[in-house]
Amino acid sequence: MTCKELVEWITEYLEGAMSRDDRLKFEQHLAACPGCTECLAQFRETIRLTGHLPRPDIRSDTRKSLVRAFRELNQGQPSG
Amino acid sequence: MGERPCIDAAPWVAGAESASDAQCVEALRRGDEAAFENLIDRHHPALVQAAIFFVRNRTAAEDVAQETWLAVVRGLPGFDGRSSLKTWIFAILINRAKTYGRREDRYVQFSPLSDPESESDEPSVDPDRFNPDDHPQHPGGWVSVPRNWNANPEQRLLSQETIGIIRQVIESLSPRQQTVISLRDVEGWSPEQVCNSLDICGTNQRVLLHRARSKVRAALGKYFEE
Repeated sequence: MTCKELVEWITEYLEGAMSRDDRLKFEQHLAACPGCTECLAQFRETIRLTGHLPRPDIRSDTRKSLVRAFRELNQGQPSG
Repeated sequence: MGERPCIDAAPWVAGAESASDAQCVEALRRGDEAAFENLIDRHHPALVQAAIFFVRNRTAAEDVAQETWLAVVRGLPGFDGRSSLKTWIFAILINRAKTYGRREDRYVQFSPLSDPESESDEPSVDPDRFNPDDHPQHPGGWVSVPRNWNANPEQRLLSQETIGIIRQVIESLSPRQQTVISLRDVEGWSPEQVCNSLDICGTNQRVLLHRARSKVRAALGKYFEE
């Protein structure tokens, strides 16, 4: 496994989706390769930082109209 | 803060989920508006994001998500608790999004089954970072070792600028990559939840996720290593 090949396996590796043999090859390469070790660390850091993005909020007009529809449906009225 | 039904702390823990689901469904059947507000606050953005996977247009995805909520409220008497409330809501959404996509004649063209998107061929790291395959000592090896980002202080790593870069990259991704990285890495869903909700296989999910993460990593690399 070359470095160029290893980087394509990183998500498979992190998800625990590799076969035993492939995982072994991956880890053997990693143990001897500072470049790929750093690249894997960068992927982990990317995931951590992405997790800090604020979740988007529901728009307030959407929220209002949905709550109104909920009320009307519960009162057995047509929601329009 | 008072009782907040419909908040599932660990959404993929089935036991915790079914208890709060039962509470939530009961509140909704009573017409409890606060319970409904909690539910839409929690799930509406992810519903829109999941719909984008199929309809590829934010306005259409918003429409599909809103129709889904009406269908959820109308369908509540029939909810039997065999699946989680969240799974049930997303199943309704996906049905509608697929129908919408087909109607718009987009789904057929871009269906996950027939879609050969070049996504699996895109290299995840710039090929110029590696030696050529005929390099005498180290074919396919790093030309120069990637730098350690932790040389940057945590304030820089987590700065508004960093968050802005990540957001910009995610917005520029293909709708399918955007959906998968948003649900996995922003919303914190498990791989199984994403596969089930979007009706895709694990391999497909990982390919999309890897492409998406690779692009975010590349952009952050440029920023941190400058």
